[in-house]
Amino acid sequence: MNTAVKTAPTSDRPNAPRRPVYLDYQATTPMDPRVLEAMMPYFTEKFGNPHSRNHEYGWEAEEGVEKARQQIADLIGGDEREIVFTSGATESNNLAIGGVARFYKDQRDHIVTLVTEHKCVLDTCRHLEQEGFKVTYLPVQQNGLVDLAALEAAITERTAIVSVMAANNEIGVIQPLAEIGALCRKKGAFFHTDCAQAFGKIPLDVEAMKIDLMSISGHKIYGPKGIGALFVRRRPRVRLQAMIHGGGQERGMRSGTLPTPLCVGLGKAAELAKNEMAAEATRMKALRDRFMAAINAKLPEVFLNGDLENRLPSNLNLSFAYVEGEGLMMGIKDLSVSSGSACTSASLEPSYVLRALGVEEELAHTSLRIGFGRFTTEAEVDYAAERIVQAVSKLRAMSPLWEMAQDGIDIKSIQWAAH
Amino acid sequence: MAYSEKLIDHFENPRNVGAFDKGDDSVGTGLVGAPACGDVMKLQIKVGPDGIIEDAKFKTFGCGSAIASSSLVTEWVKGKTVEEAATIKNTDIAKHLALPPVKIHCSVLAEDAIKAAIEDYRKKHA
Repeated sequence: MNTAVKTAPTSDRPNAPRRPVYLDYQATTPMDPRVLEAMMPYFTEKFGNPHSRNHEYGWEAEEGVEKARQQIADLIGGDEREIVFTSGATESNNLAIGGVARFYKDQRDHIVTLVTEHKCVLDTCRHLEQEGFKVTYLPVQQNGLVDLAALEAAITERTAIVSVMAANNEIGVIQPLAEIGALCRKKGAFFHTDCAQAFGKIPLDVEAMKIDLMSISGHKIYGPKGIGALFVRRRPRVRLQAMIHGGGQERGMRSGTLPTPLCVGLGKAAELAKNEMAAEATRMKALRDRFMAAINAKLPEVFLNGDLENRLPSNLNLSFAYVEGEGLMMGIKDLSVSSGSACTSASLEPSYVLRALGVEEELAHTSLRIGFGRFTTEAEVDYAAERIVQAVSKLRAMSPLWEMAQDGIDIKSIQWAAH
Repeated sequence: MAYSEKLIDHFENPRNVGAFDKGDDSVGTGLVGAPACGDVMKLQIKVGPDGIIEDAKFKTFGCGSAIASSSLVTEWVKGKTVEEAATIKNTDIAKHLALPPVKIHCSVLAEDAIKAAIEDYRKKHA
């Protein structure tokens, strides 16, 4: 197919080299220029160690860090003393689950989580199993949401912590946090939620949702990479065993000199999110619906993975039946999307998240994750839809499975030789 | 992952996409791979009365390397005798396209597809 391809809409820099349209905002986000601006002085003139108590350099750095702590706490209805800075959501998840489990292990040695959690939660749980903890990995329903009755049944008086992510990184589905929080409180287990994808995107309230620990990431919300935070509830108090030992910073929960500019950046990003979240969500939903309408108008047999209603407005995970995802991505080189999470894109296995929804392997192989964000324009969305329609049509025309489907042959009736 | 120019060319401008009538006596059809594994290749050869492969067609569900591998072998088998075509090795395909190690299975599948097409053709003429 040699249809003329329009050039990808570029930024407002006319001489900028043409770059692919970025639609992978669940992998990471560019920093907001306002965040960078807030950070800059802390690299140079305000370079002090925020833990230095004896001079002005330390004080002004500390002031920056403490303001950031407040900005983060404000976005989730918490107290600034409940915010522990970390290197990112992976460390936060490790610290929350491992730290709580190890601290309370004499009374409680059981952990409950979901099979669709991020690898850093699942892998942490695997390691804890090796230390003798018991872990329940709950399946999810077909729409990706946890079955609350099953969750309730899984929590016992030995359960120390329940870890359920707020919004999934691959399929964007939002779990019923308030209901989970109420269940955990009733059963006396701590509720940890990985909010790497949800923080700054959807309203979160640690009181209303009875969240005891919350993992936060900087680079998913237009802040810097290398910084995250863990909310650790003070009342009722959650205690945890530190993983990083040293000078006792962050109330002994995470030693090490704080990276002041990164903390300030995360704080600023949180403040911007607080002010702009509602308007941004409306805009994301409009972009998503516009994109979906353009795809559905031209392509049959495109399936949405995960619940549509309980979902981040900026995420789509679509299966383009009969077209293999990696081949499709190669056909849309001028779009930067992902065939799953960025962490697993090196593996040839279909997504374990999609498999957990009961998406059949052949359909799981045909999926793309498309993530919109703060800097996505309508023109980019239109262009992306057009390019995907073109590429899918071309690849379907050369797909033996599409041919069989058109001929009315049931692909399942064939004896495939697995290889 | 950086792919070779040859691979990208075969992916972007695949040769010999299409299908022959499976029922035609001069046609051999090979269908290999599995949807659940993310790769399915259908390769067809059309053999003249002199035993020479006159034409070949393919359709592939798979990644860029799988599509390029099958496109390449349709070019290679044309003009060869059935016997000659049967000697095409996956290592030659992998070398020609400079397949990265994780994509070697695509060339194996392409070799299997030729063999399956030849076997189908031979069955018809047994």
